[in-house]
Amino acid sequence: MSMSFTDFLTILPPAIVAAAAVILLTVDLFIPQNRKGITALLAAFILAAALGVNLAMMGRDLPAAFNGMAVLDGFAIFANTIILVSGLGGIALAYNYLRRMNLERGEYYPLMLFSTAGMLLLNQAYDLIIVFLAIELLSIPLYVLAGLARPRPDSEESALKYFLLGTFSSAFLLYGIALIYGATAHTNLAEIVAAVAGEPVNQTLFVVGAAMVLVGLGFKLSAVPFHMWAPDVYQGAPTPVTGWMAVSVKVAGLAALLRLFVMIFPSLAASLSPVLAVMAGLTMIFGNLLAVVQNNIKRLLAYSAIANVGYLLMAFVPYADARVASDAVAATLFFMVGYAFTSFAAWAVVIAVEKAEGKGLNIADFAGLGRKNPLLGAAMTIAMLSFTGVPLTLGFWGKFYIFRAAVEGGSIVLALIGLLTSLLSAYYYLRVVVVMYMQPGDPGAEREPWINLLAVVSAAVTLLAAFIPGQLLDLAAKAILKLL
Amino acid sequence: MIPVEYYLALSATLFSLGILGVLLRRNALVVFMSLELMFNAGNLAFITYARMFGTISAQVVVFFVMTVAAAEVAIGLALMVEIFRTKHSIDLDQMNTLKG
Repeated sequence: MSMSFTDFLTILPPAIVAAAAVILLTVDLFIPQNRKGITALLAAFILAAALGVNLAMMGRDLPAAFNGMAVLDGFAIFANTIILVSGLGGIALAYNYLRRMNLERGEYYPLMLFSTAGMLLLNQAYDLIIVFLAIELLSIPLYVLAGLARPRPDSEESALKYFLLGTFSSAFLLYGIALIYGATAHTNLAEIVAAVAGEPVNQTLFVVGAAMVLVGLGFKLSAVPFHMWAPDVYQGAPTPVTGWMAVSVKVAGLAALLRLFVMIFPSLAASLSPVLAVMAGLTMIFGNLLAVVQNNIKRLLAYSAIANVGYLLMAFVPYADARVASDAVAATLFFMVGYAFTSFAAWAVVIAVEKAEGKGLNIADFAGLGRKNPLLGAAMTIAMLSFTGVPLTLGFWGKFYIFRAAVEGGSIVLALIGLLTSLLSAYYYLRVVVVMYMQPGDPGAEREPWINLLAVVSAAVTLLAAFIPGQLLDLAAKAILKLL
Repeated sequence: MIPVEYYLALSATLFSLGILGVLLRRNALVVFMSLELMFNAGNLAFITYARMFGTISAQVVVFFVMTVAAAEVAIGLALMVEIFRTKHSIDLDQMNTLKG
């Protein structure tokens, strides 16, 4: 039971973020109300510092830290990078918006950092207990953030819904972990693997436990049939919170799901693969079908986020096959990079168009954006094309690799469902583009530096990175999951 | 000595009662109580297995879970007070601002 220096190195990224968030919370007290930009800047510095440390750890192959509680392998570093970059994006989304909407409360950025620390810890978790604690650390600040716009009833309502259903899912996760512990007598991933390989474990307990963990993570990922909270929460929460959590919670949740399934549940593939397949299929179908009828852009993007989770789940249905799984992991990480940049471009434009009191969020309100704000219009167009999966965007390559992994894994039916629902999704994504360019109007979009910058940069990356998909995929392929 | 199965059966029953409470009750506070019941059912299962395997580490888990549950109580009650101020009710059926 000794702790070494490398132990602390391993958990440095989440530790920096969490510790600095505590300090920031105190420092913020001394920052006057009209200077809250300083808090935002400090928060961005903290995330950038954690990002630097995280990248510096690349290729170090640190051993599992604190008696196998946390790791910092290539997979965790890759997922951490996405989370930290999207944290920076989240700050850019929030700063101008909070000022404009009179929501500039000091706790916003520290809460974001706490949640980010939870996500980083979740990427690095190597013990089921840490998985549970990280998920709670991730979720609890998010409940508060969703209710940040109090006393606006929609924000409060979204916070309560998120809170009740989030806690419900955590309870499933906890009970699942307890059952897995009951089956294997361990909570450490490596020890569970050894226990499953060694003495015969109680299969019933193990399967039920794994299924409950899947339910718990399915809620966090908003996979159908555990998606019903997502549209309400996404609509009611302040838009920067929505945009940021649509990206980073999904990345962290999926990272945990991938790690748990690929590492400790391969022996259960016979029971769990069909469940995953049904979940992936339903998520793709319902996410896209329900998105078609939405008129509120936040709800539309919420259903689009649900649909994207379906594509992500599709790739790793045959997760027990090691070769397929490593392809699927690489494709998933690649897809998440594309999804992150595309989302930030879209959400930045949504925030620029949004007015006080939740006005300006209907798709009809985007009429004329293409002419009045060519830059924002172009960013939104690129985002919508990338979500649809039109070639020359990052979204296309993401879908391409995901579908390839699915077909290689033998999930032809799922790939077909994915293809058909992608076609369907073109209808609602392109509707936004059509409204922006073909209908007259003036959305009166705000011209705010950080929002514009984020929209342009995200759209540019979505477009430009599409020319080097191979290199990106190679990077993702290096981020393999393995036992330490 | 009470057999282990009894504890596990009790834990499973509590967990199911919690699920039923969450799904059937309309008062946010009662739903929240049911959620706590589910957490504590998890705790009971953990403790039972920890005693069965004779390990101390899983008993520590229970303290973590209790701490997390306390944090959730703080957030949840604050949210409910805030909502009661605006809506004068914490009935979940009245949470219908968001739909579509």
